[in-house]
Amino acid sequence: MSTFVSDFKTRATEKAGDLRHRLVIRTALRSYEIIRDKRKAAFQSWESARQAAAETKWEAVNHLDKHLEALTAKLEARGTKVHWASNGEQAREIIAQILRDKKARCIIKSKAMTSEEIHLNHALEKEGFTVVESDLGEFIVQLRHEPPYHIVFPSMHLTRGEIKDLFQKELGDAPSDSPEELTMVARRVMRQKYITADVGFTGANFAIAETGMISITENEGNARLTAALPKTMITLMGIEKVLPRFSDLALFLPMLATAGAGQPMTCYNTMYSGPRQPGECDGPEEWHVVLLDNRRTELLADAEQRDALHCIRCGACLNVCPIFRNVGGHTYGTTYSGPVGSVITPHLRGLQEWKHLSNASSLCGACTEACPVKIDLHHHLLQNRRNASASEPAFFERLAYQIFGIVANEPLFWSLAKKIGWLTQPLQRALKGSALDPAKAWTKTRDLPPLPRESFKDWWKKRK
Amino acid sequence: MTVTLFIPCFMDALYPRAGISMVEILERLGHTVICPDAIACCGQPPFNSGYHAEAHTIATPVLEKLADAEAVVIGSGSCGAMVKNFYPELFKATRHAELAARVAARTWEFSDFLVSKLGVTNLGAKFPHKVTFHDGCHGLRELGIHKQPRALLTNVRDLELVEMTEVSCCGFGGTFAAKFPMISTAMGEVKCASAAETGAEYIVSSDSSCLMHIQGLLSRQGKPTKTISLAEVLNHQ
Amino acid sequence: MKNEEKALSEREKILGRIREALTVSAPRPRSQGDLSVQASAEPSANHAREWLPLVGASVAEQFSLFAKNAADLKADFRLLASRDELKAALLKLRDAENWQRVASHGGELTDFTCKALGLPVTLTDRGYDIQEMEKCDAGITECDALIAQTGGVAVTSRSAGGRALSVLPPHHVVIARREQLVADLPAAFTMLQSKYSPDFPSMISFITGPSRTGDIERILVLGAHGPKKLTILCV
Repeated sequence: MSTFVSDFKTRATEKAGDLRHRLVIRTALRSYEIIRDKRKAAFQSWESARQAAAETKWEAVNHLDKHLEALTAKLEARGTKVHWASNGEQAREIIAQILRDKKARCIIKSKAMTSEEIHLNHALEKEGFTVVESDLGEFIVQLRHEPPYHIVFPSMHLTRGEIKDLFQKELGDAPSDSPEELTMVARRVMRQKYITADVGFTGANFAIAETGMISITENEGNARLTAALPKTMITLMGIEKVLPRFSDLALFLPMLATAGAGQPMTCYNTMYSGPRQPGECDGPEEWHVVLLDNRRTELLADAEQRDALHCIRCGACLNVCPIFRNVGGHTYGTTYSGPVGSVITPHLRGLQEWKHLSNASSLCGACTEACPVKIDLHHHLLQNRRNASASEPAFFERLAYQIFGIVANEPLFWSLAKKIGWLTQPLQRALKGSALDPAKAWTKTRDLPPLPRESFKDWWKKRK
Repeated sequence: MTVTLFIPCFMDALYPRAGISMVEILERLGHTVICPDAIACCGQPPFNSGYHAEAHTIATPVLEKLADAEAVVIGSGSCGAMVKNFYPELFKATRHAELAARVAARTWEFSDFLVSKLGVTNLGAKFPHKVTFHDGCHGLRELGIHKQPRALLTNVRDLELVEMTEVSCCGFGGTFAAKFPMISTAMGEVKCASAAETGAEYIVSSDSSCLMHIQGLLSRQGKPTKTISLAEVLNHQ
Repeated sequence: MKNEEKALSEREKILGRIREALTVSAPRPRSQGDLSVQASAEPSANHAREWLPLVGASVAEQFSLFAKNAADLKADFRLLASRDELKAALLKLRDAENWQRVASHGGELTDFTCKALGLPVTLTDRGYDIQEMEKCDAGITECDALIAQTGGVAVTSRSAGGRALSVLPPHHVVIARREQLVADLPAAFTMLQSKYSPDFPSMISFITGPSRTGDIERILVLGAHGPKKLTILCV
């Protein structure tokens, strides 16, 4: 029995009861919802776009070896060094070795959830490198020594007042709590860091097999600067990010922006095809692309759930998920939270230890409806539950269902069960809310409905 | 026609009036209604927790008893989704695969049956109250039920329908409500607050299981809003 | 040699796992209702045009849409009738913003611009001092396309003076030609591919508005790390 599930329940209880926190999240998401719906409506057919995106990702993931080989060949032909990492440890070592080879001291990063996934910052800092997060949201949570709250909006859970206090404490620079002024503080801090950093590190939103490119989407311009100024550039990318064609981006970039942030296009969408080329005046002399597996091939092997690898990390499913909205991103205790995280974390980190994430869902299906690439998210949660129960059934739970099956299948037992329920109702009422109450999970916050004397079946029988 | 009415387990035990209303409505429309005594539960609780063998134990006799039904009408969106969408999944690669597909094709949720199959939207009901409608998630997203209850409610005399701005899961989710009660409760609170904003006297739903959870919260918090099943509203004079 | 062998084997291990996984096929995405969407035998961009936001057919409509979108993004777009008007607009900007020094690159339009401004210029073409660029009030570049559908511009490291020029200075000024207007994103990608393939510039960037962030309470702030101002002068 892992402690992950009890930690999850503890945090969930705390956050679900924190009305202030729920309001902050709800307010933040409400403004997103309004613009998201407007942008979706601007599409001539959002549904057709989803279908095409789903088909394109199917093509990409189901021919993944072919596309990765094409991508690598094209990248290498223009001077990029491509590395393959089976797991986080290998990826960290590859990246650390590059830093050692370059005698680097400072690495500036733009947002990369894969780097969170492999706990890169901690490993590099332990070895003595200085790691600077340049994305404003990541910068904020880095100062707070906490992980990002949301895969797209890392500091969504904080108010401007909290950020002002943070900047005052950590930077000694916080003129006011206006978002504009706070952003300018971060801009000032970052400026020289771009120029003096030895290595720039990025993630990747997409990779293009046909033309050998990495595509990076951002609003702030920090990734653009990270990829322009330092002498060495490193990009870490999950192997599933590859798309077949350059022109596929014409569909994916606006869809990512729409679903992820309610924007028609994110501010900077940039495709890199190599380090600085002959005749170019700037850009890194060396570019290393690290391709990361880290159990993605296991998810790939699960043909039923393979489409979970279609994910473009837009965060739309998090935004609509009533569980996420009520417990928040930190409750999950994983890199990828919300519905997609609840689907893939059992695959990437272990089914039995993380099945509780797939269990903590009412299966409402809002995620599946929101997903721009039509991943069958809520059904995958059901499949994870099936797989978890099949390999390690919970003794008492299974027994309860077996008993329930016997009672449900035999009209006599069913009738008897209802009579017993009705007779013991006063006893249950007396025990309500106490430690002995069998319905405690319910009655702690809710009343139970009264059991009527006459059930439907009783009424139906009487009729005859 | 002969309608085999499948009243879900909790409706049978806790909300018989909703089931009775369905019988009366269907009979008034001239159909013969059968309610097989031997069918008590669709098997969703074990299925949702991943216990397929235990779900089979319950679902197989149900499937066999529905084999010859002309039309199966289920009094809940979530049980309707179980039979219509998930039985084919549960029975895939078994000897009942074809039967499951056949029964699924002949199964409807109650409001969907009235509107889509029978083409009926006016039942001559009267319910002089301001109401809001809660869409159970399975009915909404698995079965595409959204227009049907509203088409029916529009024709209920003196009824005023207002929509909630927050369209989200009530938080029941079956065993989820007991396994993760803190999250379930928070979700329910959001739903209750959204309903309260509409000023509705009643929250109406096709899903009595959702209403059980919502009402449980409202009663505990001493709120005046009441809950009632769609069938009872449609049967009201 | 030993390291190379090791690296090769990690690649082969991963590719091996992928091939093994793909021996079992996954179901294709189902389409619901009567959506008649072509199978992905045809590239999606051909049809993307049918689903992305509508763009008018005429150039006038497209310029009008570009102007509207640029305004929504808080980018400053001017459609100018002549080189004289361009010069006038540039001088007005220079004086209003009190530019002392600008950064730019060699090009027909940028040469004209820098000459008109009469200011000290940091040119990037043969390399530049980054601290000097940091002192520039504006970065002036050409571009590859104006995209009506988004109100954005496409630049490359070849057409816009490298990677940093269009993102480091606090004000990015794009000098464009009318003929550079394309209707939509599919058209932009097609154009870039036919213009550059196979020898692409190492950076292609779609710039859609001045730099921004919503990371604090989801409130939009302009000028995060990139330029706070984006001006597009089209002649």
